[in-house]
Amino acid sequence: MALDRRSFIKTVAVGGVAAAGTALPAAASERPVAPEGAMGMLYDATLCIGCKTCVVACKEANDLKPDPGPWGDERLYDAPLDLDGNTKNIIKLYREGDTYSYMKQQCMHCVDPACAAACMLHSLQKDPVTGVVGYDPQYCVGCRYCQMSCPFNVTKFEFSKAIPLIVKCELCRHRVKDAAVRGADGFTRYPKGQGQACCEVCPRGAVISGRRDELLAEAKRRIAAAPGKYFEERVYGENDGGGTQVLYLSRVPFEDLGLPKLGTEGVPRTAYAVQEGIYYKIPFAAPIGMFAVLAAVIYRNKRAERVQGAEGEAKR
Amino acid sequence: MSHHEAVHAPVGGRLMTRPFMLLLAIAAVGAVVAGYRFINGIGSVSNLSNGYPWGIWIAIDVVVGTAIGCGGYAVGLLVYILNKGKYHPLVRPAVLTSLLGYGLAVIAVVIDLGRFWGLWKVPIYVWRWSHSPQLEVALCVAAYAMVLVIELSPALFEKLRSGAASGTRRFAEGALRLLEKNFFWILALGLLLPTMHQSSLGTMMLLPGPKVHPLWFTPWLPLLFVVNCIIMGFAVVTLEATFSAVAFGRPRETRMLAALLQVAAWVALGWAAFRVIVVALSGKLGYLASGFGVAFLAEVGLLVVAGVMLLSEERRSQPVWQVRAAILLLLGGIVHRVNTYLVAFRPGSHFSYFPAVPELLITFGIIAAEVAIYIAVVKTLPILQGPSPAKTAA
Repeated sequence: MALDRRSFIKTVAVGGVAAAGTALPAAASERPVAPEGAMGMLYDATLCIGCKTCVVACKEANDLKPDPGPWGDERLYDAPLDLDGNTKNIIKLYREGDTYSYMKQQCMHCVDPACAAACMLHSLQKDPVTGVVGYDPQYCVGCRYCQMSCPFNVTKFEFSKAIPLIVKCELCRHRVKDAAVRGADGFTRYPKGQGQACCEVCPRGAVISGRRDELLAEAKRRIAAAPGKYFEERVYGENDGGGTQVLYLSRVPFEDLGLPKLGTEGVPRTAYAVQEGIYYKIPFAAPIGMFAVLAAVIYRNKRAERVQGAEGEAKR
Repeated sequence: MSHHEAVHAPVGGRLMTRPFMLLLAIAAVGAVVAGYRFINGIGSVSNLSNGYPWGIWIAIDVVVGTAIGCGGYAVGLLVYILNKGKYHPLVRPAVLTSLLGYGLAVIAVVIDLGRFWGLWKVPIYVWRWSHSPQLEVALCVAAYAMVLVIELSPALFEKLRSGAASGTRRFAEGALRLLEKNFFWILALGLLLPTMHQSSLGTMMLLPGPKVHPLWFTPWLPLLFVVNCIIMGFAVVTLEATFSAVAFGRPRETRMLAALLQVAAWVALGWAAFRVIVVALSGKLGYLASGFGVAFLAEVGLLVVAGVMLLSEERRSQPVWQVRAAILLLLGGIVHRVNTYLVAFRPGSHFSYFPAVPELLITFGIIAAEVAIYIAVVKTLPILQGPSPAKTAA
């Protein structure tokens, strides 16, 4: 009996150590970086005039149906209020008193994407070369854990369909036929008609495409050229939530535009530290070890019981 | 297990009683609504949205449902690991409840999954497996459901053995012998798998971290969840044993339940203390002064009240206090889980969620089916302790 209890305590200890080991090293786990050729976008909210040309272009490029919005009449309106199953890109307006700012929302293509971390069969996956977080419905069971996990509420789902899909910006990766080349303006882009539709049509250059490192340098150049203009003199997405491939410049606070305060750690890091700590650091050692202990304790208890039972019968 | 089988006997009696038919009717309504959902999409019957992609089907049917199904796990830990053989009569009905809880959680998952027809790929496409905590939950729940079927199969074989045909009898006897020989590692799996997926259910809500209220976002969530399901398991076993005693005129297990609830009380008080300490140590006590503080106090308070209630030996040896405390323990566990998955989940102020009526009907249907199947099985198979006053000493 005493031995059994000790075994049980050992079992609990194995689990406890595994759990405790996970609580601490959240910061110690290695930090993912954007791939060298990471493609991205830079949206400068101070340049945007809210014409929504990019919204229309996105629908065209991605073959998305018009969204009647609150009007309900699909024949007359395309007026989505938010990203949804028919809308991968949207322009919003933040207003307070005399201050206002437009806001473009689409997938941020996180350096360390929580949606991909949530996905069971890598249906959402980060491209190792371009860093685009792409969707392959072949392996998607429609669990919507990606939606739960996205800190930007970008991943959308077709709730009104019997055969639904996950819908999100994939940086127009389906349009790409040729390799990206460095243009005269210094940005690496895909040839006309093959890159991000929203960037190609923007009349103000408020959203531009390119490699993440080029865009980051450009954003910092703009900040340096106009001291005091930009909020916190920083680029949202450089490190936020572990970094994103879509970068933002704004005059108003980022939070007002709907960009959450995330800290510099990748969003999935805590969950990964726990999950990796228990299962993968020493692959499956914790569950296998626990199984062995459990089986051994049960076996011994059963045998002891049988022996006792036999003794009892003998006495009788 | 063979030397315990004598204590189990089918309840017998008429199956088609009026309450039973009412349960079937509620289940049927749920099934019809589910059929409608499969034709017209999830949005047609639910208030789920792009802000709240998970609602009661996940939070109640799966996350709470599997915890209610942890009676087999909680009692199994006592009987097989701590070697408390005296609780043995509680095991089989607890395993039945577990099987129903998990089986119906799987059905709820299929209703909730937008692209459920691809589900078979999850266990098969090993080469595409990610490190998602949800993958761990999916695989372990599926495996555990199978383990529960095996754990419960002696009931069926015992029934077959008492049958007429000699061929069936021989087959049943062979199966029972085979199970007897392999029971130790099947039981070990039956204890390992819930430990894994119940903790992973906690890990799962770490991924949406930025959207989860800080009072619930803690790396200790997996530990909180796994202990939480043990508390709920004890509560369910208590309620189910009492219910069976009253409804089917079975012998009362008051003394056994008193001992069980003493264990449950200490686990519950330990859980509550740990929950508060973790929040305090991470400097989050300030959040208590808000609506979320009320939700937090509810999940801790219910367990503390139940735990304190049960510390008095006089009270915990009375069936009425046992039931009261068990209900509080169960509620405390449910509140923690619903809090973590729904209340603490804040996708943004312009999203809101409250379940739609058809959405509720599906959940009610699943619960009704669970109770109906439990009644049908205990009436026909040897699950509950027999009416004879024979007590198994251990």
